[in-house]
Amino acid sequence: MTKVIETDVAIIGGGPAGLAAAVSARKAGAENVVIIERHHELGGILQQCIHNGFGLHRFREELTGPEYAYRFIPEVWDDPKIDVYLNTMVLDLAKDQSITAVHPSHGLITLRPKATVLAMGCRERTRGALNIPGTRPAGVYTAGAAQRFVNMDGFMPGKKVVILGSGDIGLIMARRFTLEGAEVKAVVEVMPYPAGLTRNIAQCLEDFDIPLYLRSTVTKVHGKDRVEGVTVSQVDDAWQPLPGTEMHIPCDTLLLSVGLLPENELTQMADVPLDSRTQGAVVDQNRQTLIPGIFAAGNVLHVHDLVDYVSEEAEIAGRAAAEYALRDGDTRQEKITVIPGENVSYVLPQRLDPDAETEFYLRVTKPIDRITIELGGVRLAVRRLVRPSEMLKIRLRKDHWEKLKQENGETSLELVLDAKAQPVPSPRAQREGVRQ
Amino acid sequence: MEKFLRCRGYLCTLDLGSFLHSHIPNEEVKWLGKRSHYDAIVIGGGVVGTAVLRTLAKLELSAALLEKETEVGWGVTKANSGIVHSGFHSEPGTWKTKLSVLGNQMFDQLCEDLDVPFKRNGMMLVAATPEEEEIIKHYYNQGLINGVEGMEILDQKALHQLEPNLSPQISMALRAPSGGIVLPFELASAQAENAAANGAHVYTDMEVTDIDYNGSVFIIHTKQGMSFTSEYLINSAGLYADELAKMCNLDIEPIIPRKGEEYLFDLKVGDIVSHTIFPVPTPTSKGILVIPTAEGNIMIGPTALELPYKDDVTTTPQGFEEIFSSTQELVPGLNRRDIITSFAGVRAGSPTGDFIFQLSHDGKGVHLRGIESPGLTAAPAIAEHVLTLLKDAGLEKPAKKDFNPRRPRVVRFNELSDEEKAEVIQKNPLYAHVICRCETVTEGEIVDAIRRGAKTIDGVKFRTRAGMGRCQGGFCTPYVVDILARELGVSPLEITKRGGDSYLLAAEAKALLKGGTLCD
Ligand SMILES: Cc1cc2nc3c(=O)[nH]c(=O)nc-3n(C[C@H](O)[C@H](O)[C@H](O)COP(=O)(O)OP(=O)(O)OC[C@H]3O[C@@H](n4cnc5c(N)ncnc54)[C@H](O)[C@@H]3O)c2cc1C
Ligand SMILES: Cc1cc2nc3c(=O)[nH]c(=O)nc-3n(C[C@H](O)[C@H](O)[C@H](O)COP(=O)(O)OP(=O)(O)OC[C@H]3O[C@@H](n4cnc5c(N)ncnc54)[C@H](O)[C@@H]3O)c2cc1C
Repeated sequence: MTKVIETDVAIIGGGPAGLAAAVSARKAGAENVVIIERHHELGGILQQCIHNGFGLHRFREELTGPEYAYRFIPEVWDDPKIDVYLNTMVLDLAKDQSITAVHPSHGLITLRPKATVLAMGCRERTRGALNIPGTRPAGVYTAGAAQRFVNMDGFMPGKKVVILGSGDIGLIMARRFTLEGAEVKAVVEVMPYPAGLTRNIAQCLEDFDIPLYLRSTVTKVHGKDRVEGVTVSQVDDAWQPLPGTEMHIPCDTLLLSVGLLPENELTQMADVPLDSRTQGAVVDQNRQTLIPGIFAAGNVLHVHDLVDYVSEEAEIAGRAAAEYALRDGDTRQEKITVIPGENVSYVLPQRLDPDAETEFYLRVTKPIDRITIELGGVRLAVRRLVRPSEMLKIRLRKDHWEKLKQENGETSLELVLDAKAQPVPSPRAQREGVRQ
Repeated sequence: MEKFLRCRGYLCTLDLGSFLHSHIPNEEVKWLGKRSHYDAIVIGGGVVGTAVLRTLAKLELSAALLEKETEVGWGVTKANSGIVHSGFHSEPGTWKTKLSVLGNQMFDQLCEDLDVPFKRNGMMLVAATPEEEEIIKHYYNQGLINGVEGMEILDQKALHQLEPNLSPQISMALRAPSGGIVLPFELASAQAENAAANGAHVYTDMEVTDIDYNGSVFIIHTKQGMSFTSEYLINSAGLYADELAKMCNLDIEPIIPRKGEEYLFDLKVGDIVSHTIFPVPTPTSKGILVIPTAEGNIMIGPTALELPYKDDVTTTPQGFEEIFSSTQELVPGLNRRDIITSFAGVRAGSPTGDFIFQLSHDGKGVHLRGIESPGLTAAPAIAEHVLTLLKDAGLEKPAKKDFNPRRPRVVRFNELSDEEKAEVIQKNPLYAHVICRCETVTEGEIVDAIRRGAKTIDGVKFRTRAGMGRCQGGFCTPYVVDILARELGVSPLEITKRGGDSYLLAAEAKALLKGGTLCD
């Protein structure tokens, strides 16, 4: 017989999002909470991030990944009303929230929660998604897999490394490889600006004299058994390689740090509608998806660069899930749709209750020196030196709503969020703007 | 490095290849360092060589297979379209026609016995112009002569009813329901496994470098230093069959290598077509196809590019554009963003255009050359034909009474019902540990694959699909390395992607800092 577990709130994934959601659901009154985690320990991707830099915003300290996780884990373990199922993988999530998972001793288990928080994190994009021509030798890894090998298993995947993509994991790994005695020959980025955080460019590349080639990509992989080198070419504005710019770099390893994708298989099984921009669920300010009772937070919802905001977002979702479970349902009202406008690549939440006081998380499409953020024409904030790699947080207050009503009338069900560029160049902006 | 190299040759096969190990009696093991004698030796462990070995294993004789790669099935067999052709493409009277039509009929039983995924999804040859419609009718008539059963010509409406995602331009189709799809690598490894279970020996990492004949037996030398003797020799070395034939002093025209690139889509577009869709053929190939693979992905390809050498398995931007643009004319809904991986295979192009069965040494040496497409389809029939040739040359052995045609069933966790899942987990909790999350492959399946002969990351991947999904091993590779090392009893540093020097790891962490003694 399949074991059936009833609970107020079920949380899928025990990374920082799942942990924070569990704690906050309990604080909000959930009688019992279940966390299901496929791995043998809690903490998610943080467990392999042994570098420091986590928690600056939340704890005003530079913690390592595991240290950050341990700010939450004891609280979860010590709470008898939070049940943690480790080594347990969720295989199926139905629209009515019934969850099927495999557990090593119980076999298949079924959960019937009143509310569910999705916290499955994300996964890395790979070479296939990019379709790099050439051979398929050993030695091509995603940066995260390489990180696991080095930090968790104690093995070096290679000695001479080229990194494709300037995402944060790639940058962190450039430094790790160098510190471990390997040679990082280059980081290659197709865009005219780096994808990772500015602090990581400084601390992981510049401090170690690792060259960063912008507007360039790997156009061929060489080597039969093991990678022997890569061809790097410059690209035009349409990302097409420019003939004649090829450069051969001998190496034994190619690391891919070309972006992360929210892990939304389960979300799709439950027919939860996704946003094509974030690749995660469409949610309201409580991080409730369009399926009532199903909430989402963390990297499964949109790719975060800072774990601090993962925790913050998960606390919102956990609290709201508990409230939903206690209320035994949703008091649904018509919601306002927020549409990303000028220079905005995505914005979250995509749906709002009228009058909701909340914070928008958004990213811009390109580096801009100075912007004003406007919702439905109402100015919310001004920001300087914004870049796509850094998520912006913008508060939406009561007074904004009042102005909105004046300008858009009571009934507007669609609001555009713009990030309007302001023509105020400063010497510093020019220095830090587009890096070549 | 020394240490690893030593483990890599045949010795490693004996220590590690568990199915091999269990089928080689102890007395014989000590011989393996020197020379071993067999009644018949097959060179080359592709889908053809392993089919021949399994056919030999049905008789009371000793048989062995020598394969240069670390696992069987890694030649052309690994990198093809996986189609079991119905047989209307080739001209009447050719070996290709005879053996592929016959081979096609053998697939149901074969795949049932060996528990290899196989489906008769049907083939559709499509036309968009009046000229192409004429060509289609020609193939219909040719199919009738070749003995292809169940063919029908569909008009525009009927064909779009069956395949609504085909381009509206397509006006006529020849449908052949007997066409199917199979997992070629799985078939080859299953044939080897079943042959071994019935007493045949499989030597991997065993590259034949020279062949002598002393008047009664072949003496086969290998790069690994071991030599073998046998009365009969079957050369099924695929692309390299011409080189082996030369070792037997046959004067032959060389094989014409012809490369084909293929591109694989994410599972989510898997049901865009159900038939394998063919355009009208070109002079050198059957054209660029849209193929629903036996695993539920869509694959497009192959190109057909003649090459001066045999080992170019690179994919190219030109190949991709050629394939993608021509399949747009067949199934315009395919989106290039959904492609998850690509590969290329090299066909052993025949100098005559047909399969070649060449004999040496009074018929005791049988050389299979130019086994190009539809060589996969024909493989089981080729094996039967080889046996006839050997019998003609004097091989007379009774059937093995206790031959077991069936292979122990493979647990494919993802395909089980909830009850079945619960049951396998109860028997073995490793089936509750999901290692590859894209394809839901469990540790139990990976361990089983290793027990059946997988020794490398690719071996595990092709047997279980771990690492074949949309993240392409990004997540599970470190775990699979771990399991392989544990099950094979070696250091993770010795694990390769696919044998040779394709090591995954370079050194222990910190070793590079200590002067790099472990490396270079
Ligand atoms: C290499 C790297 C470096 C980083 N550096 C920094 C940094 O310096 N500073 C910073 O602030 N942030 C950093 N981050 C970001 C931060 O670590 C992530 O944003 C955060 O871990 C995301 O949390 P999450 O809980 O959403 O996802 P994850 O941590 O990925 O957790 C998801 C969990 O869900 C589990 N799961 C998934 N599917 C299932 C299923 N079907 N069943 C059961 N369980 C499942 C997974 O096993 C995992 O434990 C970094 C991230 C990476 C990858
Ligand atoms: C792109 C492409 C698509 C195709 N599609 C189809 C299809 O859809 N349907 C179909 O029916 N056919 C298809 N074919 C043809 C089919 O793949 C081949 O006919 C078939 O795989 C041939 O099998 P084989 O065993 O002869 O060759 P291989 O699989 O190449 O086996 C030969 C083996 O010999 C080994 N070997 C070589 N030299 C030595 C040596 N010196 N010592 C020891 N071992 C050695 C090799 O390592 C190899 O494993 C396709 C071919 C290509 C390239």
